[in-house]
Amino acid sequence: MTDTSTHAAPPRKRSILDTLELDTRLLGMIGAFAVLCIGFDLITEGRFLTPRNVFNLTIQTVSVAIMATGMVFVIVTRHIDLSVGSLLATCSAVMAMTQTQFLPDTMGLGLNHPATWAITIVAGLITGVAIGAFHGWLIGYLAIPAFIVTLGGLLVWRNVAWYMTSGQTIGPLDSTFMTFGGINGTLGETWSWIIGIMAVVLALAGLINARRNKARHGFPVKPLWAEAFLGALTTAMILGFIWMLNSYEIPVRRLERMFEARGEIMPEGFTASYGLPISVLILIAVAIVMTIVAQRTRLGRYIYATGGNPDAAELSGINTRMLTVKVFAIMGALCAVSAVVASARLTNHSNDIGTLDELRVIAAAVIGGTALAGGIGTIYGAILGALIMQSLQSGMAMVGVDAPFQNIVVGAVLVLAVLIDTIYRKRTGAKR
Amino acid sequence: MKGSTARAQGHTPLVELRDMCIAFGGVHAVDHVSVDLHAGEVVGLLGHNGAGKSTLIKMLSGAYQADSGEIMINGEHATIRNPRDARSYNIETIYQTLALADNLDAASNLFLGRELVTRLGMVDDDAMEAETRKIMHRLNPNFSKFSDPVSALSGGQRQSVAIARAVYFNARILIMDEPTAALGPHETQMVSDLIEQLKADGIGIFLISHDVHDVMKLCDRASVMKNGQLVGTVDVSSVTDDDLLSMIILGKHPHEQAAGQPS
Repeated sequence: MTDTSTHAAPPRKRSILDTLELDTRLLGMIGAFAVLCIGFDLITEGRFLTPRNVFNLTIQTVSVAIMATGMVFVIVTRHIDLSVGSLLATCSAVMAMTQTQFLPDTMGLGLNHPATWAITIVAGLITGVAIGAFHGWLIGYLAIPAFIVTLGGLLVWRNVAWYMTSGQTIGPLDSTFMTFGGINGTLGETWSWIIGIMAVVLALAGLINARRNKARHGFPVKPLWAEAFLGALTTAMILGFIWMLNSYEIPVRRLERMFEARGEIMPEGFTASYGLPISVLILIAVAIVMTIVAQRTRLGRYIYATGGNPDAAELSGINTRMLTVKVFAIMGALCAVSAVVASARLTNHSNDIGTLDELRVIAAAVIGGTALAGGIGTIYGAILGALIMQSLQSGMAMVGVDAPFQNIVVGAVLVLAVLIDTIYRKRTGAKR
Repeated sequence: MKGSTARAQGHTPLVELRDMCIAFGGVHAVDHVSVDLHAGEVVGLLGHNGAGKSTLIKMLSGAYQADSGEIMINGEHATIRNPRDARSYNIETIYQTLALADNLDAASNLFLGRELVTRLGMVDDDAMEAETRKIMHRLNPNFSKFSDPVSALSGGQRQSVAIARAVYFNARILIMDEPTAALGPHETQMVSDLIEQLKADGIGIFLISHDVHDVMKLCDRASVMKNGQLVGTVDVSSVTDDDLLSMIILGKHPHEQAAGQPS
């Protein structure tokens, strides 16, 4: 067949891509991300791809990325959620008030009591799920368009948060709670390697298992070298990321303070690294769970089916109204998780927490290939989308682009990404 | 024929729709219509666009809820409020629109709402694809696009996915809404063969069509509708094409002036 695809890739290379059965869309996004990173690194003379900046970039992305995975489900079912930033603020306010006022006043559990952080997070999750499910009920059962319900929610929940905290910044927060924010909670070198190696083992086991399953049913499988290559690539990427985070050393003065706090004296020449932040671990866990839900559960199957053809889903006996409630409840839960990460990172609850996050989250999902027409979208795409947006923003800040131009560029990139995606889909659609 | 014999011997019909009514915003889409169907029989539902034949049958498949009327299955009252209820009575429907989720592959569509799961409760895609390969091999041996979304398939291939979905789950009552409308001659023949085969298996089939020739060829009886009302039900062997046409167009029962057909 004639090769009409993008880029002037030679036919041989195309066949290799086909053999690997890799998603060319994903490759395109990774390519764009790589170009972005290397470009900024060259312009800033190597300041962009330092362990320190990679670390910061990662922890800045987590909050938006977590919500973006939920936004994929919302958009795939042909809805939209404009209230996620405000919902994050309400969850954050509930959690801040729970740990600083409610628990100390009513149960006598002070800040830093071992149960405080857990009760706080449960309270936040309940708030998020309840509000999300309520949105879903209004949309699914009362048939109010999601745009309107969540536009109302944007105003309502932002100001519920304001009312609850009287507009004050609430802090400091529980010390265990704050470990979920990023810099204040990292695993250190050894544990980061252990987690990294566990991830490699799981990924390889997944590859082998998938191959066995296919072979058992007599389906065609990839050649062994292709599987081996994919395995090696995954391993290299996971371990490379861990190595990068492990290279970011804790500043000497901060280390000295940590030793002082324990009443010890720091040995001469002692060094330690931050390693994997707990917030990134949360994001990875969310990504894995959401991917399993999307690909391996009935709920996920029904979400995509409903997005592809709501009538067909209904006629197949799927309760699409209840499905809407579930999708928005998941979105609410993820807003609560993001609220934990965001307020812990800031070490307090501020009145403007999560402002404009709804736009970042929607943009991340859309840049990641989620189609607003519904039925199409991936979890990893949304996370990559969030990462691309954050890199663009912090890269431009590092280069010294003026603030207005930063937003102009981000806006233009959003539109351009959707344009490229539309063209790509047309081409591949025609090829089939 | 088996169906005709069952009917002649006075067996309980497989399905009886009694005095069904449904209105949309004051328009009586189906107005006091009664039809029945026996095991191993094909009953054609004929009429112009908007005659109410699809609407009537959607009350049986659970897509609409009747305003009044009663559905009897094997002589017993049946409550059908949604497509899930209909499926629990082994009623399967092939919709004119096919009702496929275009973004999913053939196996996902075939098992939509009834996924095979592993011991852990996870969707078992490989098992579903294996089953899909089996049934498609029987229905349409040329079918090979198992991993593409169904939007990438031809009209005939999409139709075979929709048919496979209805046949796979041991339907006892099958509703086919214009099953050959989008098909070429070869595929139409395939559908005809399938209908014969399903009849022999004792499945009752409602075939909705506006093509008189289809009905004359495939059906045992035909019920004709016009403006939401039943014109009449006739044995296909006792009428001509023209009789059916005049029922559709003029709403006139062919035996009315002659013999006074018992209703």
